[in-house]
Amino acid sequence: MTKRAPSSALSLPVSLAANPLLSSWIRFSPEGHVTVSPGKVEIGQGIVTALAQIAADELDVDIGRVQMMRASTAGSPNEGVTSGSLSVQQSGRAIRYACAEIRQIFLAAASDRLGVGIDALDISDGTISGPGNIRTSYWELAGDVQLDRDATPGAAPKISAQRTIAGNSIQRLDIPDKVFAHPRFIHDSTLPGMLHGRVLRSKMAAAKLVDMKEDGARAVAGLIAIIRDGNFAGVVSETEDGAEAALGALRKGAVWSSGETLPDESRLAAWLKAQPSELAVIDKKAAPQAGQKQRTVRRQYTRPYLAHASIAPSCALAQWSGDRVHVWTHSQGVYFLRADLALVLKLPLENITVEHMEGAGCYGHNAADDVALDAVLLAKAAAGRPVRVQWSRQDEMSHAPFGAAMAIEIEADLDERGEIVDWRHSIWSNGHTARPGRAAQPALLAATELANPFPRYIATNPPQASGGGADRNSIPLYEFPSWQIECHRLLTMPIRTSALRTLGAQGNVFAIESFLDEVAAERGEDPVSFRLRHLRDSRAQDVVRAAAKRANWKPDKRAGVGYGLGFARYKNTGAYCAVVAEIEGAEDISVKRLTIAVDVGEAINPDGVINQIEGGAIQATSWVLKERVRFDSQRITSNTWTDYPILRFSEVPEVQVELIQRPDMDPLGAGEAAHGPVTAAIANAVFDALGVRVRDLPITRDSLIAAMELTS
Amino acid sequence: MPRIRFRLNGVATEVDADPDRSLLDILRGQLGMTGPHFGCGANECGACNVIIGDRAVAACDTPLWSAADKDVTTIEGLGSAQNPHPLQRAFIAEQALQCGYCVSGILMSAAALLMRNPAPSGADVKAALDRNLCRCGSHNRMVRAVLRAAAEMAAQ
Repeated sequence: MTKRAPSSALSLPVSLAANPLLSSWIRFSPEGHVTVSPGKVEIGQGIVTALAQIAADELDVDIGRVQMMRASTAGSPNEGVTSGSLSVQQSGRAIRYACAEIRQIFLAAASDRLGVGIDALDISDGTISGPGNIRTSYWELAGDVQLDRDATPGAAPKISAQRTIAGNSIQRLDIPDKVFAHPRFIHDSTLPGMLHGRVLRSKMAAAKLVDMKEDGARAVAGLIAIIRDGNFAGVVSETEDGAEAALGALRKGAVWSSGETLPDESRLAAWLKAQPSELAVIDKKAAPQAGQKQRTVRRQYTRPYLAHASIAPSCALAQWSGDRVHVWTHSQGVYFLRADLALVLKLPLENITVEHMEGAGCYGHNAADDVALDAVLLAKAAAGRPVRVQWSRQDEMSHAPFGAAMAIEIEADLDERGEIVDWRHSIWSNGHTARPGRAAQPALLAATELANPFPRYIATNPPQASGGGADRNSIPLYEFPSWQIECHRLLTMPIRTSALRTLGAQGNVFAIESFLDEVAAERGEDPVSFRLRHLRDSRAQDVVRAAAKRANWKPDKRAGVGYGLGFARYKNTGAYCAVVAEIEGAEDISVKRLTIAVDVGEAINPDGVINQIEGGAIQATSWVLKERVRFDSQRITSNTWTDYPILRFSEVPEVQVELIQRPDMDPLGAGEAAHGPVTAAIANAVFDALGVRVRDLPITRDSLIAAMELTS
Repeated sequence: MPRIRFRLNGVATEVDADPDRSLLDILRGQLGMTGPHFGCGANECGACNVIIGDRAVAACDTPLWSAADKDVTTIEGLGSAQNPHPLQRAFIAEQALQCGYCVSGILMSAAALLMRNPAPSGADVKAALDRNLCRCGSHNRMVRAVLRAAAEMAAQ
């Protein structure tokens, strides 16, 4: 008999409470398969494998029997959006509890059929057996057991020591297809009779389409339709190159008037602070008695707009049948996208089916949802044939939402010993999310371009209870006597922003950890001890100690080499991560090594966690050393890989990850834990090597020179 | 329209198409080979890399005419689940990807490297893959996988 955790859970996991029907999560086939249907989607993070592990473990079946369904509004549980490092936390917990209950339901049915008590039964690879070689199975009982019933609180999943699949680094289920190039990506999918569409967009931001000559496009072989609705225009063709050629012809005959003026990219902080904004006090802590302030230190940090810069331009397929439309998308939230499509199309939700297919890594809210609306609009002219639409690299890098630029001010009062007695943290930034499906108006690009346009949705911030947006990770984990944290959310949005991996956490952790490093250095205190002295959470202390130990903190001083530390607990409720960066250089910085300790509680797939942390660390290094969306007064200019360079193989640091295993703690997501700490660790290592504090990202030759001039 | 002949993954292939069209269009369109991926259309990311002769090239930036009478290998010709190339085995063993969109191009750059240099150093691998972009940050695993494949091929 398998040992069970005490059934302390009086309420269901959040995703299961929202979608209690057990059969919506799990089904058994008489052929010997378990179908698992999560509401979260694969975006390269390996979630499909981790969820299959959880289900297989809890049900006691071989993982080879588990078939993972792609999310679809046609029947999947509605788990909102796959974001915020919550897939294991939400979907994983729901599946674990659903499977635990389903296992009990089957044991009860088997007990009835076999005439022995539940306690005498055991399950091995789906076969339920008891004394005297009596046996049945999930597959045999599947027809008789009714799973069209709601989950009930109190199911008791296995205790950690009983798990045999979760907790192991099994190979990801999707990797063979990707290595053998079996079509798996939406980009590689075809439907019978499929046509190809392209959308015409100006390089200028929010430009108006004044005139569009169609003759050139009409002459292109294979043209099916030219579509125009206000400033939205596109073509549909029998072939992809026909669509490209028609689009090229349309572009030649298009006259645009300039849209709105973009800010001055060289004075971004001043611009952010001058915009109309909405002020929110994020947190306030009062000291029992005011400390003796001797002086005040005030520093400003900035981060530029960052592009998601997926390797694949966004792509979608759509097919109309009467007044119903089917959409295939790599959106992170099929139900949310459906809600926005319904708003634009003025159709009831049930007329729209949105089905997920894998795309390339998106790293947040990129153009996946936008291109889905594009496909739906173009497919209206396709007489019931499916239409595949793919954005260009240029459009992907200029019209998709960006991660928001941030200006962050930290001001601290120090006493005569240089100890912090009061801490103030202020943020100026656009909102960090403008995802679809959240508001009474759509957030999709084409919706703002139609003849009857919807207003542009101005990005907002999720509440702190959901991790916050611009303010994510702005509340210190350190024990300062008092603080006030505030956030100014811009009410204008000339440059479109939405969720990019970590939302505001990268900027805030960079600011906090840089500031602390400076305070520690001024006190002549080692940055590791300084942090340990101010951290109360032992798991936080453990990752800081582990990273420091593994990096032999602090190695002897060598010319041109620097070491820096960064720490955060993502969202203050997620994974703990500490990083030691080793950098080299004078004018051009290269990051040689990142030594990372991470605690995600129970790691369902340890190698998957390490892969996510490594990837996050390398992506963050790219953000820090290279990335900045460029623009002039009229348009985004960084719309190619030449103008928006990312880290290359020759520039990638060695990354060592130490996973602190806590199998009895709730599992936490790993995808966004490393970005903030890596950013801060690199900046602090630059100071260690060069004695210069760079407070404006990215850390490039130019920003180093600017920081040196400021210092001298 | 002129006929262009080349060998695609070892098979004699003939295409009727404008010789100035990109090889990627022809592969993904007419020939239905979706392994090479479109990423940028400007030879800047490597997602569409194929091997012509013994060189990895960006198919998006290669006119069809330049493939005439040559040997063109795509990821589909590298190996299969039944008969994997050592690189494919190594990428699975090292779990050397996250989203995997860039991987077909990276495998072709790596395969071309191993044709020229069967015993590369880590730095050689990084140099050979430097024109391939990966946004997920799987670079170090990929380098390890290429070295692993090279070692396996040397041992055979």
